[in-house]
Amino acid sequence: METVLTRAGWWLAALLIAVVAMAAAADSGFAIHMAIIALAAFIGLWVSLGRTDYGALARGFLRTPANPGRYDDDPVRWGIVATVFWGMAGFLVGLYIAFQLAFPVLNFEPYLNFGRLRPLHTSAVIFAFGGNALIATSFYVVQRTCRARLAFPGLARFVFWGYQLFIVLAATGYLLGITQSKEYAEPEWYIDWWLTIVWVAYLAVFVGTIVRRAEPHIYVANWFYLAFILTVAMLHVVNNLDVPASIVGAKSYPVFAGVQGALVQWWYGHNAVGFFLTAGFLAMMYYFVPKQAERPVYSYRLSIIHFWSLIFLYIWAGPHHLHYTALPDWAQTLGMVFSIMLWMPSWGGMINGLMTLNGAWDKVRTDPIIRMMVMALAFYGMSTFEGPMLSIKSVNSLSHYTDWTIGHVHSGALGWNGMITFAAVYYLVPRLWERERLYSLRMVNWHFWLATVGIVFYAASMWVAGITQGLMWREYGADGYLVNSFADTVAALHPMYIMRAFGGILYLAGACVMVWNVWLTIAGKLREEKPMSDAPHDPEADRPIAVLAE
Amino acid sequence: MSVHSTYETLRHLADSWGLLAMVIAFLTLVLWPFRPGNGERHRDAANMIFKDENDGE
Repeated sequence: METVLTRAGWWLAALLIAVVAMAAAADSGFAIHMAIIALAAFIGLWVSLGRTDYGALARGFLRTPANPGRYDDDPVRWGIVATVFWGMAGFLVGLYIAFQLAFPVLNFEPYLNFGRLRPLHTSAVIFAFGGNALIATSFYVVQRTCRARLAFPGLARFVFWGYQLFIVLAATGYLLGITQSKEYAEPEWYIDWWLTIVWVAYLAVFVGTIVRRAEPHIYVANWFYLAFILTVAMLHVVNNLDVPASIVGAKSYPVFAGVQGALVQWWYGHNAVGFFLTAGFLAMMYYFVPKQAERPVYSYRLSIIHFWSLIFLYIWAGPHHLHYTALPDWAQTLGMVFSIMLWMPSWGGMINGLMTLNGAWDKVRTDPIIRMMVMALAFYGMSTFEGPMLSIKSVNSLSHYTDWTIGHVHSGALGWNGMITFAAVYYLVPRLWERERLYSLRMVNWHFWLATVGIVFYAASMWVAGITQGLMWREYGADGYLVNSFADTVAALHPMYIMRAFGGILYLAGACVMVWNVWLTIAGKLREEKPMSDAPHDPEADRPIAVLAE
Repeated sequence: MSVHSTYETLRHLADSWGLLAMVIAFLTLVLWPFRPGNGERHRDAANMIFKDENDGE
């Protein structure tokens, strides 16, 4: 009873503070955000005081298995559902803004214009879809590899719900026009502070579980997860050192100005790619690929070298985003050199993942989940080759500010991050809900092909668009004037933009198939289907071609 | 210390002792897995994820 009262007291205090801040708000955006926080606190108060057992209701709704199990998997289950949900939201917004670029009439001012929807898309797919996948899988993997239950179960639940609140505040903020205008760091100061608290709690749960481990060795996947959590904490805090204009207003001003600010931003921005989208997802790779292939990782030694090289090199690569700017030349060259060096550890990691299948290559044919993992690794290799190439100054002078960059990001995000996450979701859902198998393996195959063909359309159209754009922008006539106006390049790219949107439709269609499959797996249904056929051996046809010719 | 001399001091540190310390730290960490007798330990570590059936239940 006492704990219920204490908890209700905290919720009430949070509710009152939010209401006061809402009343005193300096701008309407801040007031709306405080209303959202007040609503969240009210729901918390309601749940802690109400007589209904909401935990049991949620377990019933999510069809949670009755067996509590050796490990604390509730936050993992919620995280997987959140991953799929936010993924759909992010892909849908992405598709919509792709159509906006092709058909500008789709810009609805002011809330649904491209400028506001674009950060909504990037944050939804990176932080909401990717972030939930990372938190959920890290909680799953750290418990299994440490053979220990999650430390601080209450804090783990706070991490999940706190992170969802961060996503809702960030997303609604973009639509309201609340932004710091820093790429991948758009949320304003109070949302940043909130994320810092959630992130420190996440670190405590993760490290706490490692400390309680029953296994002497810390498996390499946990090294990658820990590097991801620690580095993101550091990057987030340094890049968001801001002074709020008013303690009850949304606007803030950064501590770093001018080129220093730009360097800090891209030190953050590139390491968001390096540690959020690479190290964290590599952690998923180092656990789920060996588990699904039922073979240990090709070389554990290589995985350690992969880890340290990635850590030591990635952190210096940021300046390649600032080629030919006010940043000193030596810093630009430093960024370029480190980006090129990064090619080696990246390919070391890709080879390590792919060679894990050595001796079991037939699984690529028979197991669509393995096929997704192989495609994810192939795209990891492809985009970690393309990245260093684009960071070379002379290449960058053609590619920078063009759609080539967008194509590069998406072959990494759709191909590597998307595919490895889908594979992990397909691996986890039957295990977390104690089902015999997925609802349908053939639907995984459909998802695989829809996504792959979608990425091919996306990447190929953006390569062509980017190089077209770059060449048109730099074309001079004999008279020394630029040949093309900006609008000329936009007209030239129109067909490419439609092809890109078509690729997006395919990718989203694949994700819809996943939702259907995951939903019915959770509901406990099994689709009756022909097994994924392994080409049967035909002894009649199995003879040398020379004999056939006779 | 003026802003300019702070920059100079840090820059000199970065391309002398700082660089040396980073290189030594990196080489130590990367060569560590190659020390004799680690092969066995790595094999165990790589296979550790298969020790329990059904996720340890």
